[in-house]
Amino acid sequence: MCFALFLVGIYGLLTKRDLIKLILSISILGYAANLFLILFAYKGNATYAILRENNLDKVMVDPLPQALVLTSIVIELGTTALLAALAVKLFQKYNTFDITKIRRLSG
Amino acid sequence: MILPYFIIIPLLAAFLITLIAGKKDQWAIALSIIAVLSLLVLSIYAFAGMQGETVTYEMSARPVPIGIVLVQDALSSFMLMMVSIISLTSLLFSVQYIRHLSVDWKYYALFMLLVTGMNGVIATGDLFNLFVFMEIALFSAFALVAYGGRAEEFEASFKYAVMGAASSIIILIGIGVTYSATSTLTMAKIAEELMYTDSRITLWIGGLFMAGFGLKAASMPFHAWLPDAHSSAPAPISTMLSGVLIKALGIYALMRIFFNMLNAPEIYINVFLILGTISILVGVFLAIGQWDFKRLLAYHSISQIGYILLGMGIATPLGILGAVFHLFNHAIFKGLLFYNAGSVEYGLGTRNLQEMGNLSKVMPVTSQTSMIASLSISGIPPFNGFFSKLIIIIAAIQAGLPWFAFFAVVGSILTLASFMKVQKYGFRGETIVQELKNKIGWRMNTAMIILAVLCIATSVFIIPGIREVTLDPVVDVIMQKANYTQMFTGR
Repeated sequence: MCFALFLVGIYGLLTKRDLIKLILSISILGYAANLFLILFAYKGNATYAILRENNLDKVMVDPLPQALVLTSIVIELGTTALLAALAVKLFQKYNTFDITKIRRLSG
Repeated sequence: MILPYFIIIPLLAAFLITLIAGKKDQWAIALSIIAVLSLLVLSIYAFAGMQGETVTYEMSARPVPIGIVLVQDALSSFMLMMVSIISLTSLLFSVQYIRHLSVDWKYYALFMLLVTGMNGVIATGDLFNLFVFMEIALFSAFALVAYGGRAEEFEASFKYAVMGAASSIIILIGIGVTYSATSTLTMAKIAEELMYTDSRITLWIGGLFMAGFGLKAASMPFHAWLPDAHSSAPAPISTMLSGVLIKALGIYALMRIFFNMLNAPEIYINVFLILGTISILVGVFLAIGQWDFKRLLAYHSISQIGYILLGMGIATPLGILGAVFHLFNHAIFKGLLFYNAGSVEYGLGTRNLQEMGNLSKVMPVTSQTSMIASLSISGIPPFNGFFSKLIIIIAAIQAGLPWFAFFAVVGSILTLASFMKVQKYGFRGETIVQELKNKIGWRMNTAMIILAVLCIATSVFIIPGIREVTLDPVVDVIMQKANYTQMFTGR
């Protein structure tokens, strides 16, 4: 599942020509990575990782990757916001979202 | 315990700048220069004060495999010193150059965040923490590349941001695989755990990190963003990017991960060799054809990173010595060349080599220092670039890789050819330029002179006796993985 998401992201990144679609592809790649991390933490029949009276003796899922994912979601938020800001500026300068037309830098 | 201050000082400076700067930029300049100066003093003190031992600092006082740890050994203090030197001169250069663009405190706040990120990457001993600091550095780098506000700059920044985000995600997946294999994120503990796990896991981790950090270091198949980003950024930022950012984020992380953490697996050492050689040759070939001064320099960055990778790929102590020494030298002479390009752009308003002429009359300091830097980058004795390239070539021959040595020599000769072109058209051309649009101030000149002096002065690192206290401890850290692991298991 997350491998499929990863492939979708890579495909979008390589083939799309629209700035907004590129940003979406980056986000999908990020979701793939996050899902991947959560998957590593998963254990069958385990409960959530909060200590309470009724689940002291049960197996818990690993809480650390969840903390990592929380951090990486925040970082991705930042990336997406920055990319969107740059895309807006690029649109103001070039009046297009098509990356084949935004080619003042070459070689 | 001075280690956390390398992160606290620039972060605090960035925070204070946004808080008190107001509309003028005097306070921002003063604060950031004070911060960087104190970092320089601290890092020189740290580098000189430690004799090859390793100091660790546990953040929030939790014991090692649980808490996040900062590690200071010879390699990291060496890198910290390099970052401080380059950022100090870069700030000096910025004061006038950035006023030319706009009077703004935001630049200095972003600059301090960039330094925070790099120092954090260098100081940390935790894999995920490295990722977070890397993102801090990258975000400020994206913003600074776009700082000039022209269309090309946004374009370059967007390209850089997309590539950077993609590589960060690859690194994040690599971190996930590492964690699932070893159940820890502390790098030294990972190194210990990986000894008992399947070697195929090492291949996976290595592949992911190679792609991710290789993209950050802009070695050859992943280089596409570098010429745009480095040539579009304001000149002091080009220096930071080319001089230290690709090294702190790319090369340093590769060294830590592949030599200290994964114990230098054979297959990836060969990848280093091949990527390094391809980068040397292709980078320099692309550079020769360029007429834009900063773009030419950016392609040379790829080629010089190739030398460092080649030195790492040889993987004998002498090869690593060459790589570390070249790392430092490249920061200095490439920084100087970008300052030259910046001051020419500032003075003449052009970066095209054909539009320049004989500048020795109007910009004596710029043209003299550019001569020194050109000689240094193309490897002419007695400048520092000669010694580090010589070491790498000798190491390649000793390791029985004559072809790689041959390619390194070819790359060096082509570098000389392209800088002959720069000197011929750019600084000693036929038309004599009489007047400048803007005058080059003393701060820009000071920054250039400091680095030009360092170009010659750092050659003494190689003299036996000085070498034992400067470069050898760094090489020991990289080669002797056992020490890195022991600092945790030892107690």
